[in-house]
Amino acid sequence: MAVFVTVPLRRPARSDEGAENPRVAELEARKEAKYREIRDAEMDREAGKLTDEEWTRVDRELRREAIALLKQLDRVRGGE
Amino acid sequence: MIVLGSACLILALVAALYAVVAALAGARGDRRWADSSRRAVYALAGLLTLAVVIVEAAFLRSDFSFRLVADHSSTTTPTGYKLTAMWSSQGGSLLLWAWVLSLASSAVLFATRGRHREIVPWATAVMMGVGAFFCGLMLFAGPEADPFARLDPAPAEGAGLMPLLRHPAMAMHPPMLYSGYVFFTIPFAFAIGALITRRLDASWIRSTRRFALIAWTFLTIGIVLGARWSYSELGWGGYWAWDPVENASLMPWLVGTAFLHSIMVQERRGMLKVWNVSLIVAAFSLALLGTFLVRSGILDSIHAFGASTVGPPILVLIGCVVLGSVVLIVSRLDDLRPERRLDSAFSREAIFLVNNLLLVGLGAVIFWGTFFPLVSEAITGTRSSVGPPFFNRLATPLAIAAVLFTGIGPLIAWRQMSWRSAWAIVRWPLAVAAVVTVALIAFTDARGEPFALTLFAFAAFALSALVQEFAKGVAARRALAGGSVPGALAAIVSRNRRRYGGYLVHVGIAVLLIGVAGSTSFQTSRDLFLSPGESATVGDYEVTYVEPTQSVSGSEERLTLGAVLDVRRDGEHFTTLRPTRNYYSSRNADPASPVRGFFEGEATSEVGRTDGLGEDFWTAVQPDLTRFDPVIERVDERLAAIGERVEGGDPAAQAQVAALQGAAIRGVANRYADDPPPANFRVNVNPLVTWIWIGWMIALIGALIALWPSAGARGRVREMYAARLARELSRA
Repeated sequence: MAVFVTVPLRRPARSDEGAENPRVAELEARKEAKYREIRDAEMDREAGKLTDEEWTRVDRELRREAIALLKQLDRVRGGE
Repeated sequence: MIVLGSACLILALVAALYAVVAALAGARGDRRWADSSRRAVYALAGLLTLAVVIVEAAFLRSDFSFRLVADHSSTTTPTGYKLTAMWSSQGGSLLLWAWVLSLASSAVLFATRGRHREIVPWATAVMMGVGAFFCGLMLFAGPEADPFARLDPAPAEGAGLMPLLRHPAMAMHPPMLYSGYVFFTIPFAFAIGALITRRLDASWIRSTRRFALIAWTFLTIGIVLGARWSYSELGWGGYWAWDPVENASLMPWLVGTAFLHSIMVQERRGMLKVWNVSLIVAAFSLALLGTFLVRSGILDSIHAFGASTVGPPILVLIGCVVLGSVVLIVSRLDDLRPERRLDSAFSREAIFLVNNLLLVGLGAVIFWGTFFPLVSEAITGTRSSVGPPFFNRLATPLAIAAVLFTGIGPLIAWRQMSWRSAWAIVRWPLAVAAVVTVALIAFTDARGEPFALTLFAFAAFALSALVQEFAKGVAARRALAGGSVPGALAAIVSRNRRRYGGYLVHVGIAVLLIGVAGSTSFQTSRDLFLSPGESATVGDYEVTYVEPTQSVSGSEERLTLGAVLDVRRDGEHFTTLRPTRNYYSSRNADPASPVRGFFEGEATSEVGRTDGLGEDFWTAVQPDLTRFDPVIERVDERLAAIGERVEGGDPAAQAQVAALQGAAIRGVANRYADDPPPANFRVNVNPLVTWIWIGWMIALIGALIALWPSAGARGRVREMYAARLARELSRA
């Protein structure tokens, strides 16, 4: 058991290269949620919960927010 | 084997403590320590799995050198119940807690390897801190808590499994509840990790939401199995008694339900962050409290099977969890500020908030009612309980309102919704609810039961709203891709599992509450005292006590006395029922009156029941054995005299006494059949109870749909929106 548990300690220290950047993880989570929101809005329109005008307004806003997230992701990844 | 088991526990404690230390070292930035702590969690899971295998093998082999086997099983215990006897003991249930935690922790650490580099080490430390606590309890809280406590010399026979636990539902009820409690540790630990590292966005929720849903699903299964057991086995005629241990499982379920809804708001809108971390702290604390109530015996309960050796340490743990979490949340209030404000009071997030308040309010009412006996004792010195009327008076209105919001929530769009759209979407459900209400008032007794009538009306609204959601989804799908209605239904559900799985859960809960309202408001109940050949009327039914029944099961050391009941409705035969009362041999019976002790000791009811979609006809019997008192007293006097003459501990003499006792009990049983005395019967006509079990199954299917991974569909959707947004981006 001790051998199994301490295997990582016998490896040389690694840099954090390839590790997930927490900021990227946060933005990815928000991006996923935003995609889900966009999808929900479309389903709400199909279900009659949003009129076409309401959906257009909401969808435009959501896509603007999604684009802002994608730009932030690009900036963070570019800076890595 | 006992030595090997004890070694497993000691090593498990070492592994858990090492995992805590290594995780804290990993939190300082060296990933090697974090990886090592993850491996220690896997090792813990392996060690505890081996410990569980050793205990189960001891039960199967009836190895009475294991104290918990001797106390909770016997050579005559059926094999299936030997396998499940582990969690009827204190040590076994603590082992179950630690084992499930080790498996769940391993699963979440495997799923998040390479992710949440900052949060995971802290979450590991929390999970393994809890794991070390339970391993420590098993090792240091006395022989009751130690699954590997030894009896030397080992007795020739065990005490057997408590008769009340010899029921299929009860075999699975404890592990389901415990798994529910344990799985709340995962989101709690990640919430603490997120608070410490100030990574309070929705990414920790994204990784642990599934574990919260698993906890909720296990709790749902456990609660309803407990209700089913109560309905079939306890002989009082109901499925929910507002018993402290029942309440202890309902409180984390309610708070967990609120959490599962409110995290959707944080995921989408970046709001309710303080509320969400508070809810998961509350859910985990209540889960610990549930374990405490079952295992401490502090409150009188039909479900509390524990002694009090582990109560104080669990209470200290709960205190540390609550205090530490509150301090942490208060210190992070700046980081927990919402990213947005509520756009409109008429939005799904606002509806979720109201529903959250109702669910938490319901939990608070139940908490107060459950712990009132302790509060009253602390203040007045006298323990008094509030009883079912308190719960029914306060919980019913909140539950009814929650049902309404079960229907409203799915109808309302996120962010905001116009009144015009709202009217378009609610008019049909409103119309259905109105028609149902009028029909109930015109044609049923519901007009005299305002609470039940309101609940039926709200449930009709909710169910029609949810059916409308499915119908509109199917129509939209068919308009887009054609195909059959079942095909379109399958397509929308498989592509939107969270949404439609959740809707199905709402359908199940609404159906379940219809059953609860119907069975509590319109139950007909009578206690009868009948001799063979006598009849009585209960509601529309005529019940005749035809004849008594008796049987002896040597393998289970059980005597069964019962009755054959003929039930007629509208002059025609409806059904024949055979309720029974089972009496079990108990090694704890008073040796001075073994036969009296047998009949007044451990006993269970097997109800006679006919289930129907409209109503259940339910009966339980309690034979009146007072006629046999003189015989029982004479036999007990003789047995006591023989017992005094034989040398204490002489196995041959003990066997002779046992044989005489058996003969006496069989004699009473034969007299019961040959010259039957009257019997007490409880006869209930319980409307709509079957819908509780149907609603439960629907909710369970919905939860499983929501849990089922849908990587393919999600990937396709992600690609679709990514492509669309890329086009937008190129134009931006």
